[in-house]
Amino acid sequence: MIEQTRDDGNAATRKLDERKEFHSYVWGIALALVLTLVPFALVHWAAMSDLSLLTVIGAFALVQIVAHFRFFLHIDFRQKREDLQLILFSTMLLVIMVAGTIWIMASLAMRMALPA
Amino acid sequence: MSHEAIKHPGLNLGSAHGRDHDAAEAMLFGFWIFLMSDAILFSMVFATYVTSVNATAGGPGPHELYDIKNVLIETLLLLASSFTFGMASLALKYKHGTARLIGWLAVTLVLGVAFLGFELNDFTSMFAKGGVPSRSGFLSAFFDLVPLHGLHVMGGGVWLICLIGQIAMYGVDTQVKLGVMRLALFWHFLDIVWIAIFSGVYLAGLA
Repeated sequence: MIEQTRDDGNAATRKLDERKEFHSYVWGIALALVLTLVPFALVHWAAMSDLSLLTVIGAFALVQIVAHFRFFLHIDFRQKREDLQLILFSTMLLVIMVAGTIWIMASLAMRMALPA
Repeated sequence: MSHEAIKHPGLNLGSAHGRDHDAAEAMLFGFWIFLMSDAILFSMVFATYVTSVNATAGGPGPHELYDIKNVLIETLLLLASSFTFGMASLALKYKHGTARLIGWLAVTLVLGVAFLGFELNDFTSMFAKGGVPSRSGFLSAFFDLVPLHGLHVMGGGVWLICLIGQIAMYGVDTQVKLGVMRLALFWHFLDIVWIAIFSGVYLAGLA
């Protein structure tokens, strides 16, 4: 009897968890849709000058990446420490190498008067 | 989310899955290390593209070659497939039965194949306009980056077929559960790479 009640309780929490997690995916796709459609619309109707448009595209992409991490990959700050450190370290490597590459190649192009 | 401690990236199975949940921790940590190394690979190819975006050598550039409508359709297909894979993960975690799990995985596969179809269509129309990889540095870099993502999606599709076959043959056992959870990480990761591609390559190119 006690066993039965506990099982019912477990089933109820699992049902609740499931609804929460389903809503998390729905939130994820809703946010992702908005964050996708706005920059596409801005580019399609070219509503801005070049530089501010690029900035807006970049900002929307960054926010959408965070949203995907949060809602689809279920990564937030309650993550295990190793996982979080791995993500932060990889991000650091990625930023150093990408920013470094773009910087040095753009500088080279400018000094050599190449089209870049 | 659930009140249990989070053990690894992605949807956690939780203690209702007993030993499968424990087995997932090390397996998914290892797979996450691979994904991070893959992210570094993609970012370097991406940086190469950015540095050669103006190196068109008098050939066709982004404005002549990119088609914003197709890219939007591809983006929506991939996004929808991320959501359907989420539904497959929930069907696995909450034991909704094999049929529903296979159903969601199959829908994901169809969306992935549709994405690849649209992408191949894009590439052929680029070829028809003279946008071949050997034309310029810009096109070499483009065909290094975008099809690399497409190849990953194709790999994910093959993996999906293998998993559906395994489920049909062996049922939802530990191997299958860990496989579905790893592929879920892979699939959502590819969608994140696509955000960088549609923003950094297509939208920035057309802006």
